[in-house]
Amino acid sequence: MSDLDAFRAEIRGWLEENCPAEMRQPARDEDDVCWGGRNFKFKNEAQKQWLERCVAKGYTVPDWPKAYGGAGMSPAEAKIWREEMHRINARPPLSSFGIWMLGPALLKFGTEEQKVHYLGQIARGEIRWCQGYSEPGSGSDLVSLQTFGEDKGDHWVVNGQKIWTSYANKADWIFCLVRTDKANKYQGISFLLFDMTSPGVTTKPILLISGSSPFCETFFDNVKVPKHQIVGEVNRGWDVAKYLLGHEREMISGAGGNDRLNTLGPVLSRAGLEDPLLRAELAMFDVDALAFSAMGEKFLDEAKVGKAHPAQPNMMKYAGTELNKRRYELLMAGGGSAALEWDSEASDGGSKARAWLRTKANSIEGGTSEVMLNVVAKRILDLPGA
Amino acid sequence: MPLYHTEDQAMLADTARSFLADEGNIAKQLRHWRDIGCKDGFGHALWKQFAELGLTGVLVAEADGGLGMGHVEAGIVLEEIGRNLTPSPFLTSAVAAATALGAGSDELRGRYLPGLLAGDSVFAVAIDEGPKHRPERIKTRAARAGNGFKLDGAKSFVIHGGSADMLVVAARTSGNDDDAEGITLFAVPKDAAGLSQDAVRLVDSSMATHVKLDGVLVDADAVIGEVDGGRDLLNKVLAAGRIGAAAESVGVAGGAFDMTTTYLKQRKQFGKLIGEFQALQHRAAHLYSEIEIARAATIKAQQLLDAGSDKAELMVSVAKAKAGKAAGLAVKEGVQMHGGIGMTDEYDIGLYMKRDRALAEFMGDVYYHAERVAQLTGY
Repeated sequence: MSDLDAFRAEIRGWLEENCPAEMRQPARDEDDVCWGGRNFKFKNEAQKQWLERCVAKGYTVPDWPKAYGGAGMSPAEAKIWREEMHRINARPPLSSFGIWMLGPALLKFGTEEQKVHYLGQIARGEIRWCQGYSEPGSGSDLVSLQTFGEDKGDHWVVNGQKIWTSYANKADWIFCLVRTDKANKYQGISFLLFDMTSPGVTTKPILLISGSSPFCETFFDNVKVPKHQIVGEVNRGWDVAKYLLGHEREMISGAGGNDRLNTLGPVLSRAGLEDPLLRAELAMFDVDALAFSAMGEKFLDEAKVGKAHPAQPNMMKYAGTELNKRRYELLMAGGGSAALEWDSEASDGGSKARAWLRTKANSIEGGTSEVMLNVVAKRILDLPGA
Repeated sequence: MPLYHTEDQAMLADTARSFLADEGNIAKQLRHWRDIGCKDGFGHALWKQFAELGLTGVLVAEADGGLGMGHVEAGIVLEEIGRNLTPSPFLTSAVAAATALGAGSDELRGRYLPGLLAGDSVFAVAIDEGPKHRPERIKTRAARAGNGFKLDGAKSFVIHGGSADMLVVAARTSGNDDDAEGITLFAVPKDAAGLSQDAVRLVDSSMATHVKLDGVLVDADAVIGEVDGGRDLLNKVLAAGRIGAAAESVGVAGGAFDMTTTYLKQRKQFGKLIGEFQALQHRAAHLYSEIEIARAATIKAQQLLDAGSDKAELMVSVAKAKAGKAAGLAVKEGVQMHGGIGMTDEYDIGLYMKRDRALAEFMGDVYYHAERVAQLTGY
């Protein structure tokens, strides 16, 4: 038996023993996910157990170094971990913007002290992070952001407003893009970290077409941020921001192998699908979904060893989100009038319709599909004037 | 196994890339043989060169003198064949027929494989019986006669049939037309009495035949594999041909895409390079995405086939369908973005469109394979 085979056997055995039965099915919706954080309330004992057992082994962030709360898995081992998790349909023990976005940025740009402190908190699910990027006047044109941090010697005083801050009202800390030099567009932004309970921080949830409020407006009124709470150098936060966006786009693309990548035809045909043209569309969708799942696997394999083009997450985000929107259009068509119900018990509170509406944000958040195509044209295809 | 090429595979890709770009390019091969009206549609000298590099034996077992490699490696060669639109009997002989012969008797392998390995022999596969691929229904009959079999029926879309020294023929030895069982594969020599072929030139300048089997007598040792139990072997041959065609389609898509993005960076209108227009940039970026996804699906299917996975059949159909979609888009966008010159015979982009159309039909089109995906996933 090779080392990797032995490793697989070990992981399989551990999962069989430690993953509670309730955790061997996908989360129903964003409310059913374990996000961690100071104020997180576990939905049930199984969710708590699953997190605690994984934290003890470093399995919430399997490929992070052990010193920062991970399990130190190699790319090949991490792939085996994902495959074994997928095999029993296990859901991730912990989901968070800390794991998907801030963590990778800290691993690349953070000081040793920051890595030990913040990454450890993220790995253990102690601190829930939110992302302060977009502003009312700075959406696709993010670099025009105006939130300003005034230099006060040992700290900055931050004033301004962010928007579309996911779960700002539930987050403990924020990683935030703040202008620290008004004269310099790209090299005048710093990447700051601060506590959402700091005096002067307020949040206001935004009601969306789905009827829920995952996003907030976030206001900063003379918020004091100590100087050591910066990632990277002063005025060089755009480098960190762009690197992090790559991970955000990868996360939104669904390349990690979540339920987005499953085929749709079997699901809808069990519900008595009779329309031959809809069935044909499902089959064409399933071709694209299965092909994209191979793309996700290839992208992750290549990214782990530095073979992927650095702009490839933009392509992944474009393709993955457009696919997910198609998925929900077909789910709605397959569901017929039953899928229209908004708050009935039978419809689980309109879960299908709400999820369908939620997907429309996929190709907007983290960079629109149009911006993704611009970036692919410029950085991968090297087209002129792009 | 990670979804990228190993170091050995990357080296093979380098070899195949420079060999086919130098020797198999459009001017030297496709246009040359087309313009002189060659009855084979390909050059035998180039086929010998494939053999000298060992490539004709890519799927032939080492014990039989081949390279004993897999579908990933065969696909590496086919992607470059696709990129250069190289006319060659590689897909029918070294992939499809070689897969069939691999299951053949010592006697059959000894009779046919040395010629393949030397680049002296060409083989064809005769499966389709109508204009659309439908291997679930096989009407061609083979009845026991004396010491062997007598074959009666008709086959069509037999690529390189007219140049082939031997045809792998799928025939029915028992049961009804639509039965899964009762299939037998035969190695029929080109000069068998009762075998006649009508050659047709196809849109991509490749040569195919309509085959008539009129009481063709073959010995019992012409049987490849088991009598009546040939469906599994036929499926293996089909899987090899389909994933090979998918890899070639990815190459066709890549070649058309490279030509087109090069053109976008050269052609000026309204005082600008046309590649500066966002309308074209977005379409080019979308096309890039589709080709990348098709390539990923193809290598996934190749790896699953090589590993003998039970998921291979599904993924082969996914790859054939997705590569067909991506290549179809690549050639259509390619001609459109070239504008008027894209319609001229002088420019190569139209040749990509023609090759894509023929490859799309070979062993099942997008619709056939999307239907298979539906059936294999249970609806």
